[in-house]
Amino acid sequence: MGRIFFFIREGMRALRRSPAPSFAAIITVAATVLVLGVLIPVLQSANRKTNEVRDQVGLRVFLSDVNAAGQPLPTGGVGQQAPPAQVQELQSKLQAIPHVQSVQFVSKDQAKTILSQRLENENRQDIVAELPGAHNPLPASFNVQPDDLSNLGSIRAAITPPGANGKPTAISPLINDVNDSRDDADKISGATTAIRWVLAVVSGLLLIASLLLVANTIRLSIYARRREVEVMRLVGATNWFIRWPFMVEGLVCGLVGAGVAIGFLFLGKTVIVDPLKNNFNLINSGDTIGFASLAIVLVAVAMAVSAMGSGFTLRRFLRI
Amino acid sequence: MARRQTSEALRTRARGTRRPDHVTEQRPRPPIVELRRVTKIYPGGHVGLEHVSLRVDRGEFVFLVGPTGCGKTTLIKTLLRELQPTEGEVLIAGRDIGSLSAKKVPQLRRRIGTVFQDYKLLPNRTVYDNVAYALQVIGASRSEIRKKVPDALRLVGLADKVKNYPDQLSGGEQQRLSVARAFVNHPPLLLADEPTGNLDPNTSVGVMQVLYRINRTGTTVVVVTHDREMVDKMRRRVIALDAGRVVRDQAAGTYTPDDESTREFARRVREEMGIDDERPAY
Repeated sequence: MGRIFFFIREGMRALRRSPAPSFAAIITVAATVLVLGVLIPVLQSANRKTNEVRDQVGLRVFLSDVNAAGQPLPTGGVGQQAPPAQVQELQSKLQAIPHVQSVQFVSKDQAKTILSQRLENENRQDIVAELPGAHNPLPASFNVQPDDLSNLGSIRAAITPPGANGKPTAISPLINDVNDSRDDADKISGATTAIRWVLAVVSGLLLIASLLLVANTIRLSIYARRREVEVMRLVGATNWFIRWPFMVEGLVCGLVGAGVAIGFLFLGKTVIVDPLKNNFNLINSGDTIGFASLAIVLVAVAMAVSAMGSGFTLRRFLRI
Repeated sequence: MARRQTSEALRTRARGTRRPDHVTEQRPRPPIVELRRVTKIYPGGHVGLEHVSLRVDRGEFVFLVGPTGCGKTTLIKTLLRELQPTEGEVLIAGRDIGSLSAKKVPQLRRRIGTVFQDYKLLPNRTVYDNVAYALQVIGASRSEIRKKVPDALRLVGLADKVKNYPDQLSGGEQQRLSVARAFVNHPPLLLADEPTGNLDPNTSVGVMQVLYRINRTGTTVVVVTHDREMVDKMRRRVIALDAGRVVRDQAAGTYTPDDESTREFARRVREEMGIDDERPAY
C-alpha cells in the first residue's frame, strides 16, 4: 500500500522536476485525441449517409393510362388512371418478387403534387400555374425498393422477363416502362464502396500514426532519462520498481492530454456543431456516438496508450 | 539495527587487538570475491579478461591498477553481473553469480555498493533523496531511512548539504555523495571504478579518506584506479592487470599501523604527496 503512494509520489515528482518532455507528451496526446474525437463521429455519420443514399436507389415502374374502355393506352396517351383493383393486383405481384423490400404506389395526382412542390421549392410558381388541371400528363408509378442495391438487376429481370421472341416483356400489360436506373445504381454502389474503403484506410492510418506519435514522444522523454534508469538499476532497483513511476507519469500525461482535448471537443460541439445542426443533414444524422461515451473511450485509450508506451519503451533500458 | 551493531563491532575489533584465532578457525567464511579462470571475450573478438583468477578476503582494501583497456572495468562489470563472463566463474561471498536468475540480480546489486568516475547521481533529487533512494529500493521503512541517511552523509562530510541538488556540488562533494549512497545500507562489498579520475589530487585524498574510513568498518573495498602514486602511498594490496591478465598481485605496503586514524592517514598521504594544505579536503 505504501508502495503505491511511493510510486505515485515518484511519478509526480518526475512530472514536476522535468515538465518539458511531459508537456510535449501531453500536447501530443491532446492533438491525437482531438483528431480521433472529430474523426469518429464524422466517420460514423459519413458511413450512415452513404447507407441512406444506397437506400434511396430503387426501381420506378411507370404505368400506362387507360382509356374509357379500360384498355392501356400507348406511351404518351393521356387518359384515366388504371382502376384500383388492377393497381392492387400489380402491387401484390411486385411485392411477391424476391428481394423486394417495399413497393409504394404513386398515383397520377400524387405525382402532380410532388412535381408542383418541387417547382415551388425552386420558386417556379409560374410553371405550376400552367400545369394542366383536367388532363394530368404524369403517369402513375410504383417505387420498388430492393433489400440491397446489388439485387436491383434481378428484380428488374423478374418484372420484365424475356418473352417468346426473346425481348423483355412486362409481367402486366399495365406496365409502360421500367426506369432503367441500373447504371446509376452501379455508379452509386461503386462510389459508396469506394468511400467506405477510403474512410477506413484514412482512419486506420490516422490511428496508427497518432499511436506511434504518442509512443515516440514518450520514448523521447524516457530516452532523456536513460542515465537515471541506469543509476536505479545500479543500486539494485527491480525492473518494476523502476517502471511504475514511469507508468504513473504516462497515465497522468494521458489523462491530462485527453482532458484538454475533450474540453476543446466540447467547446467545438456547443459553439460550432450544435447551432448548425438544423441546417446540415450530415451533422444531424442521429445515432453517432454520444458525447459522454466518446469522452470515456478517448480518455481510456489515451491513458492506456501512454502508460503502455512508457512501459514498453523502458524495456530497452531494463535489459540485464 | 542489527547491521549497525555488526559494523560497530567490526570497527572496535579493527581498532582493538587481533580477533581470537578460534573464531576464524571455527567458521571459515568464503572470500567475498573469488574469480576462477574468468575469461571475457567481447563480440568481435576483443579480449577483456583472460583466465583471471583471484580472491579478495573480507575486510581487505584492494587496488586494481593497469593501463586503459586492460580489463579493469570489465572485471568490475562482471562482479555486478552487468557482463557475463565467456568462461569461468565469479563468486561473491561463495556464491556463483553466473547462475543467478535475472530476477535475483537486483538483490545482488543491493549487497554491493558502487562508486563511479562520473558519480552517476540522480540529477533531479536532492543530496538527501539520492542517498534515500538506495534504501527505498530495498523497501526500507521511513524511520530506517530517516536514521541511516544522515549517518551516511555525516560519514562523508555532507551533513550540511542535504537540500542541495547534485549540480550544486563540487566534483569532490558529488563523489563523496556517491560514496554515501553506495555505503548507506552497509554492503559487505564496495566497488569504486576510478573514483578519483575526475578530481584534483587534494580532493582525491578526501575521497580516498572516506573509502578508507568505510573499509575500517569492515567493508571490503575494491578500488580501480590509474593513480599509481596514490596506490603506492596507500600501501594496500595491489592487483595489476595488463591486456586482460593479472600481472602483479602483492600486498604493496610494507608497514601500515593498524591503529592509524583517518586523520593521521590523510596527513601522512598529503605529506608524502607533497601537499602541505592542512585544511580538510572537504
